Amino acid sequence: MASLKKRAIDVYNWFEQRLGLGAPAIEAAEHEVPSNTSSWWYVFGSAATVILVLQVMTGILLALVYSPSASHAWSSLEFLDHNVRLGWFLRAMHGWGSDFMIAIVLIHLTQVFLFGAYKFPRELTWIIGVFLLLLTLGMAFTGQVLRFDQDAYWGLGIGASIVSRVPFVGGALVDLMLGGPIIAGPALSRFFTLHVFVIPGILLALVGLHLWMVLRLGINDWPMPGRLVNKKTYVQEYHKLAEQTGIPFVPDAAWKDAIFSAAIILAIMACAAWFGPFGPTGQPDPTIIQTAPKPDFAFLWIYAVLAYLPPSLETPVLFIAPVLVIGGMLLLPLVSGEGEKHWSRRPVAVLMVAVIAVTLGAFTSLAMYTPWSPIMNAWTSDPIPIADLKDRTPLEREGALVLQNKQCRNCHSIGGAGGMRGPALDTVASHMTEDQIIRQVLQGGGNMPAYGNALNPAETTALVHFLLTLRGGNLSPAIDASRKLVSSTEQSPSQVPPKMSAPGGP
Amino acid sequence: MNSSEPLSPGDQATATEPATNAKSAGHSRRVFLFKLSLFLNGAVGAVLAVPIVGYLLGPAVRKGSNEDSWIKLGPLGDFPEGETRLVNFRNPVTTPWDGQTGDIPCWVRHISGNDFQVFAINCAHLGCPVRWFAQSKLYLCPCHGGAYYEDGSRASGPPERGLFEYEHRIVAGSLMISAGKMPTLAARNCGQPKLTQIQPNSTSTEANFTEPRRDEVTQSKDPQSRKSSWPA
Repeated sequence: MASLKKRAIDVYNWFEQRLGLGAPAIEAAEHEVPSNTSSWWYVFGSAATVILVLQVMTGILLALVYSPSASHAWSSLEFLDHNVRLGWFLRAMHGWGSDFMIAIVLIHLTQVFLFGAYKFPRELTWIIGVFLLLLTLGMAFTGQVLRFDQDAYWGLGIGASIVSRVPFVGGALVDLMLGGPIIAGPALSRFFTLHVFVIPGILLALVGLHLWMVLRLGINDWPMPGRLVNKKTYVQEYHKLAEQTGIPFVPDAAWKDAIFSAAIILAIMACAAWFGPFGPTGQPDPTIIQTAPKPDFAFLWIYAVLAYLPPSLETPVLFIAPVLVIGGMLLLPLVSGEGEKHWSRRPVAVLMVAVIAVTLGAFTSLAMYTPWSPIMNAWTSDPIPIADLKDRTPLEREGALVLQNKQCRNCHSIGGAGGMRGPALDTVASHMTEDQIIRQVLQGGGNMPAYGNALNPAETTALVHFLLTLRGGNLSPAIDASRKLVSSTEQSPSQVPPKMSAPGGP
Repeated sequence: MNSSEPLSPGDQATATEPATNAKSAGHSRRVFLFKLSLFLNGAVGAVLAVPIVGYLLGPAVRKGSNEDSWIKLGPLGDFPEGETRLVNFRNPVTTPWDGQTGDIPCWVRHISGNDFQVFAINCAHLGCPVRWFAQSKLYLCPCHGGAYYEDGSRASGPPERGLFEYEHRIVAGSLMISAGKMPTLAARNCGQPKLTQIQPNSTSTEANFTEPRRDEVTQSKDPQSRKSSWPA
């Protein structure tokens, strides 16, 4: 046994004499870190790195089967799911790994921001971290394209349409993005190259730099309220702290990283096993237009923002907002590289995190049920509630038919069923008079198309009569207050002029 | 060691000085050669960059030649008057590995007689596939709810203009369109007002007359290319 151990040490020494990597690696692993950095809050960076390794591994394994050609990509995914042993599980791990990686990277970024870790001397570590976030999102988008299904095809269309709005060079950029006149083989090859070679290469190199800087500058010490960062004294103070309270990173601090990473990998495997792989949805055949494309989870909020921006603001916001946001993130450590680190003394920082989180969450949850999209089959699938047809005249029932046939239900709900693009019609007659309904139906307005050309007078009459019965049970019908005035004027015209002039008089 | 004894300290000095002189002369020569090699590599790099950049920018610099060409959609009999139908065509520019993605759908509206309108499938907002609803005479987009009237003009929602329209003509009883490139705002904004206001459908016939006229203007600039793109 002892001789075996000695043999092993001899072999190690043989390599070490030639490579010389073991000693510096052990030294780096055992370097002293302030004991207060051994915290469960400091485990996200290492977890993101471990997921990256998982993504590289599963990605290489998927590439063994995947065919990056427009005509076969979709069927090779189906083949992976159904014909390759455990292919579905590898796809699921890669997909869930992507979602987990974005989540962990965002949590890591938030933690670093709230702990003031971006301040001197770790400004560049933060700046490279911002690029790592963008590259991670780039991997997610290009990966979604490689899942070459309907969502990927039309997602590329959305991407091309956004790029085409760039002033002056938009057309050329679309050509560069697609590699050809339409979304087809060359576009997929480009995104394959980006996803498999270009972005991972840059990502791995920058992760290396990021880690090197963490080693060189030390892990950010746990912030204390009132302990300000000063460029002149910080490095000295940090070294003093590391000397006084130092513990070797491995094993005294690293065990938490290791346990968290293992838990995350287990969570990814559990999600992959339980929920399975993402898609592929329908095949990427543009002639199948019965589809409602949607981006992956990480980009749902953008999809929602694009629905709510007014047309005139859309292009400016699309290109100015990202520059401001990314520019602000990059400049943050240069602008506020000193001072307070603790979140309890940085209310603006905490407020920003809260506002951004709530905003992203709200837009994401909206994009989960897309209230702005018409429900294309509501007019044939959602019936009118029986209560709304009971004891109605034939004309009113005819109006209910018109309402269904003219696809009003695609945008308007009745009895909780139907589209949400327009207001629900259950109580329409309690807040709109007959005249107002007629005007709204025929001329549209307020984001409703005009139906003047799609309805003949008989249909309009029937439809309006049906709508007038929709008063949410027994609410009183809407009345036009000015009508009263007009009718009273007609009855006694002499009384009106003094009444009218009284409030308007000087 | 004996042989070195006769040497005086002065001799030693005279012996090493030329050596350091030669070394420093050699150093400055090597520095010059190194700088020269840097310059040479810079020049080679610049020459190497030409084909690489040219290859990368290839898809974008083909701008000069028109990627659209004339495609037959079918005999006029396939398009009943007063109806709007979905028609698929094979894109004129494809690669052998494009598969289904080379098939492009479009909406053909036969107004009456020889009056047609052919709309791209892509919503003018972000390119999603719009669907035609004959009963309400609307095109609806599933993505963000863009809506268009039967003449392609904007009805409501986020699009800032009407549907993209293909140039079309009737040759020997067949409807032909000029297509080949995915329509986007950059490719097809051709002087249209950026923001189409919500307007009643009564302008449809008017829009119908202005569309071909604008097309004729753009064609007349380059009759040669138009002729060459005619199918034989």
